[in-house]
Amino acid sequence: MKLITAIVKPFKLDDVREALSDIGVQGITVTEVKGFGRQKGHTELYRGAEYVVDFLPKVKIEVAVADAAVDQTIEAITKAANTGKIGDGKVFVSPLEQVIRIRTGETGEDAI
Amino acid sequence: MENNIFELQYAMDTFYFLVCGALVMWMAAGFAMLESGLVRAKNTTEILLKNVALYAIACTMYLIVGYHLMYDGGIFLSEVTTVAQMDDVAIAAVLEASREAGFGDMGEYAGASDFFFQVVFVATAMSIVSGAVAERMKLWAFLAFAIVMTGFIYPVEGGWTWGGKPVPFIGELSYSDYAGSGIVHLAGAAAALAGVLLLGARKGKYRADGGVNAIPGANLPLATLGTFILWMGWFGFNGGSTLKLGGIAVANEVANVFLNTNAAAAGGLIAALIVARLLFGKADLTMALNGALAGLVAITAEPADPTPLLATIIGAIGGVIVVFSIVTLDKIKIDDPVGAISVHGVVGLWGIFAVLLSDSDATFMGQLVGAAVIFVWVFVASLIAWGILKMIMGLRVTEEEEYEGVDLAECGMEAYPEFIGASGSGK
Repeated sequence: MKLITAIVKPFKLDDVREALSDIGVQGITVTEVKGFGRQKGHTELYRGAEYVVDFLPKVKIEVAVADAAVDQTIEAITKAANTGKIGDGKVFVSPLEQVIRIRTGETGEDAI
Repeated sequence: MENNIFELQYAMDTFYFLVCGALVMWMAAGFAMLESGLVRAKNTTEILLKNVALYAIACTMYLIVGYHLMYDGGIFLSEVTTVAQMDDVAIAAVLEASREAGFGDMGEYAGASDFFFQVVFVATAMSIVSGAVAERMKLWAFLAFAIVMTGFIYPVEGGWTWGGKPVPFIGELSYSDYAGSGIVHLAGAAAALAGVLLLGARKGKYRADGGVNAIPGANLPLATLGTFILWMGWFGFNGGSTLKLGGIAVANEVANVFLNTNAAAAGGLIAALIVARLLFGKADLTMALNGALAGLVAITAEPADPTPLLATIIGAIGGVIVVFSIVTLDKIKIDDPVGAISVHGVVGLWGIFAVLLSDSDATFMGQLVGAAVIFVWVFVASLIAWGILKMIMGLRVTEEEEYEGVDLAECGMEAYPEFIGASGSGK
């Protein structure tokens, strides 16, 4: 099992969520975050004083998938979140040791 | 001795204009809070700026030329008596005029107080537009339109109605509108509608399959505060439109105006809340707030004559209308983030005809022609103004700017900043 973490532009959340739903992914966790990669921020003025807006609002999506579904999931996310402009985000894949469904006690791929 | 009473009456009626004018000015704060509460966080600074700036522009343009177009007050208020001009000779002239008129008529009052009371109405009409075009209009295009609306479009239709000037090809109107359901509210909504039609909806509001996406406001406490502020300010809006306080009959009229204004707002809120609960299954706060405002707009054309019960019902009908209007406008893809066109336009029209329920001097044709003149003039003139602005500078921010939020694009500062420390890098 893998934990797929995707950082995407906030207005792309609905598209990514629909794309995941289309390939059968049933649960996701979403957090509002701020960050930057190579996308530079820019400076603004507040009452004459300069400040840098380099942390840009993004959305972090986490989804647990079975190994067999990883490639499909990555493709769905990347296609849905892509705008072609700088700041589109990244997808991280990390190994998932164990998953437990709290209500029923199921573990492993049954819990995904 | 009689002179002392005339002096007192002058002072009282002047004071009344000033206090009511100050209450209506307070409505500008109400609009600012209501609108900033109903837009997204990333667009809050810009709408606040639109509200403060349009108020200042309205005051200035109406001072320069608007008041003259509407009431012949002179360019730059040259006909308004200054402090220096109110010398002993002028005072004697005022007393003479008071003696001739007796106590039955309008009486004398300071011209400056009349301007002050009128100018805040202009600002109210203009601020109706800012909510409807929120979150995607270029700030400076909006401010440019504000100059035209407050300096020309509103004063012309105000002159035809309250100013008593004849309308070309139609002549003098026999249109009854106590505080401006049509002259202020329908007019503002007409300008807003023209703008929204040329502007288009917010990105992501309407789906291709015809569905409507909700775009929730960022700060409902502010929206509620704004509504209460507007409610309170409306006592000046309707109350001041009695135009006089010094006298038994007229003071009684003022008291009834306050009473009915309050009753209509209450009726509107309750009705809208019930309708929203029945339609949507939950108690929609934003609909309740719009309902109170709808009640206020509905009674504005005639707040003096109705009984308190009738005033409540007139407001309640406004509350029912506004809920359906908001839903309908979304169905025909007219995107109005705060419901301004529904509250002020659709219900404004209801208010114009509600006059017939209690004012036996008003006529259906008189109200219809008045409403039509106001709407057609403001809508067409606004369409032209917006159209020219669209050609010269464009009305809409870029797609990128709309996604990032107009706060950063137009104002360079966020309303709810986080991650901005002294050194500017997120501490």
